[in-house]
Amino acid sequence: MLAFLGSFGDILANGPLYQSTFRLAAILVFAAAGEWVAERAGTINISVEAMLLGGHFATAIAYTQTSNFAFSLFVGAIAGIFVSSFQAYLSHYLNADQFGIGLTLNILLLGLVAFLEPNFDLSTKLAGEVKVPLLYDIPILGPAMFGQRWPMYLVYAVVPLSWWLLMRTKWGLEVRAVGEDPQAADVTGIHVNARRRHAILYTGFIAGLGGGVYLLGQVGRFESGNIGGKGIIAIAAVIFGGWTLRGAVAGCILFGYVDALRLNLPNIVGHDFNAQLLAALPFLATIVVMLIFAKHTRQPASLARPFIRGLK
Amino acid sequence: MTTTPSAKRDRIELIALYIVSIIAAFVIAAILVNTSGGSWSKAVEAMMNGAFKNPGRWGETLRRAAPLLIVAAGSAIAAKAGIINIGQEGQVLIGATGAAFIMTKIQPGSPLMLILGVLLGMLAGAAWAGISALLYYWRRVPVVLSTLLLVYLSSQITGYTMTRKFLLLEVLEGSPTKIQNSAKTAVNSRLGILHIFGNNVPLTVPIAIIFAVGVAYMLAHSVWGFRLKMLGLNPRTAQRAGVSHVRFGTMALLTSGAAAGLAGSLMLATGESNYRASSGFAASVGWDGLLVALVARNNPYASIPVALAFACLHTGSNFLAAAGVESVLVDVIRGLLVLALFIPPAVSELRKKRRVLATLTERA
Repeated sequence: MLAFLGSFGDILANGPLYQSTFRLAAILVFAAAGEWVAERAGTINISVEAMLLGGHFATAIAYTQTSNFAFSLFVGAIAGIFVSSFQAYLSHYLNADQFGIGLTLNILLLGLVAFLEPNFDLSTKLAGEVKVPLLYDIPILGPAMFGQRWPMYLVYAVVPLSWWLLMRTKWGLEVRAVGEDPQAADVTGIHVNARRRHAILYTGFIAGLGGGVYLLGQVGRFESGNIGGKGIIAIAAVIFGGWTLRGAVAGCILFGYVDALRLNLPNIVGHDFNAQLLAALPFLATIVVMLIFAKHTRQPASLARPFIRGLK
Repeated sequence: MTTTPSAKRDRIELIALYIVSIIAAFVIAAILVNTSGGSWSKAVEAMMNGAFKNPGRWGETLRRAAPLLIVAAGSAIAAKAGIINIGQEGQVLIGATGAAFIMTKIQPGSPLMLILGVLLGMLAGAAWAGISALLYYWRRVPVVLSTLLLVYLSSQITGYTMTRKFLLLEVLEGSPTKIQNSAKTAVNSRLGILHIFGNNVPLTVPIAIIFAVGVAYMLAHSVWGFRLKMLGLNPRTAQRAGVSHVRFGTMALLTSGAAAGLAGSLMLATGESNYRASSGFAASVGWDGLLVALVARNNPYASIPVALAFACLHTGSNFLAAAGVESVLVDVIRGLLVLALFIPPAVSELRKKRRVLATLTERA
């Protein structure tokens, strides 16, 4: 019993665990901060997975060619927008089924990346670590939150940006209106599908950037399996957070923590766990958490309902 | 149906759009092949050889098409009820794993064990989809999300059963068990394979066709199908008419999961990956089957040719490597094709609406 409590303490006080929690949560936050905007506009955007992968891959190509971190991240964001434009225009201009499009994009991008990858001799490396003075000295949390490679710090910009755009601008008000009651929004002269498209393009921008940050700030080497389901977990985080940004971020931290446990638990406890069950842990935890917490939230009233004028 | 001139024009326009977008998808794929150092004409040749030209290949294509059709028919059931189940990949895998518990563990085997195995597979697939139903009707977690999450979980769960001997891991005397798969299914618990003109056609093919036709019939002509459709078109009206959202929605999800489980267990019974289950067993049958249903717009009859086409792409891809092209090209082609097939009906809808709007404003 004492040994058990002791190892429990080890887990709680383990610095590397928090550092990897931060890193793993960061990519989820990128995806979720974008996805949150799209969902408030009324789209469940399962292609956020494809947008992450697109950004991840494009950043790898750009870095291989230019060795410039900032430029590569920019290219990743553009790639994310490119992928998201398919989702945006097919589902909110042509009114094709949003889930069909999203799923197809996910499959298409996995195939495309696997097909193109051997043509590029990809070589990437991690960006430099930057320790934020003073803040770095906070015990446990300091090194985790302020001792990361610099692209990671973009996460501190992305969250307020999403919040400000959606909650403090006219555009954001319109986007939220479109997600709640598109008919009413339409009557007041808001172009419903255009707002939804914008929201999806924004998701693509943030998710593409996140894919790039994950590459240059966390994994360092491109592999097409790197993203594997992170976009889907980010969507779960948005739902977990009851479509509020702080809730979504909390969800990301929770799921990131579980993911970090998966990576660090064998080292901390010194016991070999079954590899498959460990790999299943984030998804299992996501499902269990949804089962416990998902109920008491109100979703955007027109979530996942296409808007066609004159058709209620 | 009366064919007014404008309706006729609409149809011609739609067909033309379909042709244009399919050609566009293939042109993009061809450009991709050529820019990555391959030759598209060689790739086409190789794919045709792999899909039906070479001896024994069309049997392989049919073997692939059958589970796709079953999965697609199952997806159509859920879709008709307005429920978006996109976790077939996991349900196929879990179905096969469930079936493996009977088919590989009870070794002498018998036709009865085959039937029991398939039943257990269907049950497992249904249960896996049932988790999503539970999450939705109890906790309002969107079915789209939970079914997707369960796909990721399924391969790990199946992988786990392949690491423990008391579960499914094959017991080999004196050799370290590095390869994680199940034992072969018992010989007597396998499903028959027909030999036609040098092709091996498994019995899943007629089963799949009967299943698809049966589903189409049930959806079109039974009270059950009518209720599902009512639920899909307008849940509120359905509720007023006594069609419980919870009951029929759950039923639709379970049925589509069971169909995926059926596909998985039949694949195991007819020798997919050499009669052994493993965590990669589903081999995209679930995804492909779902895409078949999407392309066929949830019509089981239309799913038959689409499933065949997708199966041709798959078996054709096995020959691509010989032509110096990565076989994953087929994933790209399939994705482009599906995307391309989404466009024509949507564009045609949009144009029709614009025309109506134009005539209205003229009158005003």
